[in-house]
Amino acid sequence: MKPDARFLPLILFALLAALCAAPLIKGVDPARHDSALIGKPKPAQPTGIDTKGAPVLVNFFASWCVPCAAEQEDLLALSRAGLAVYGVAYKDDPKAVRDFLRRHGDPYRGRTQDGGAVALDWGVTGVPESFLVDGQGIVRARWQGAVRRDEVEKALAALKEKTP
Amino acid sequence: MKKISAALGLLLLLSSPAFAVTPDEILADPALEARARAITKELRCVVCQGQSVDDSDAGVAGDLRRAVRAQLQKGATDDEARAFLRARYGDVILMRPPMGGRTALLWMGPGLILGIGLFAVWRLTRRAGGAS
Repeated sequence: MKPDARFLPLILFALLAALCAAPLIKGVDPARHDSALIGKPKPAQPTGIDTKGAPVLVNFFASWCVPCAAEQEDLLALSRAGLAVYGVAYKDDPKAVRDFLRRHGDPYRGRTQDGGAVALDWGVTGVPESFLVDGQGIVRARWQGAVRRDEVEKALAALKEKTP
Repeated sequence: MKKISAALGLLLLLSSPAFAVTPDEILADPALEARARAITKELRCVVCQGQSVDDSDAGVAGDLRRAVRAQLQKGATDDEARAFLRARYGDVILMRPPMGGRTALLWMGPGLILGIGLFAVWRLTRRAGGAS
């Protein structure tokens, strides 16, 4: 037996351990996936979204959803900072939506009621979910769960760098 | 005791499995319905990822079942119905991910590991045979 062959199992084990440890250390969540829409034109629904030149945020929400209430403050701040935020009320009662927006503030430039068909076109798995669409109508980013202001601002800055 | 267990066994025969598919989703055309069932059994529920869309009680899974049925009713082929959802939810929606750069290890892995094992066994037995 050559002397280095003895270490082969150890080396193989180290490689396997590194392969398994890398996603753990990087914090990759295997349950999260990039949206299939990224880099593609936004779906036709909901209508009334104006992406002429400036990026917009499309936010799926519901009055019965707790993280949706939590993200309203950040959406309001983004809206005040000049970003057009469009809301899609997912499987919700219009009156409950109005009450929700009265309580938590209304960040939306436009709002649609959706029974599930719009969410299906965007590949939404649950609320809240938000999509950043650039000025050309191309989907650039997706956030599952409550979105934070700084995450959106970072994505907006990255968009600006790409298209000066 | 025997009687009780026999009675319990009989009760079990009376029970039926719980299906996630609700009666209002089922298509009138049995052939279309069978195709829809076959497709949704191979779709991953996007909320509870170990379950198929056919098995899941999640609201989104119900929407996906209805979407597949609507596609089939419009005359889509099985592949077109799958592609419809794949365009929206990505490869994750497929229980059997397509073979590709990122999934090569997933598909080849078991064979690769078996190969390494067989090679190791072959080496060890050859050496043992040589020594005796």
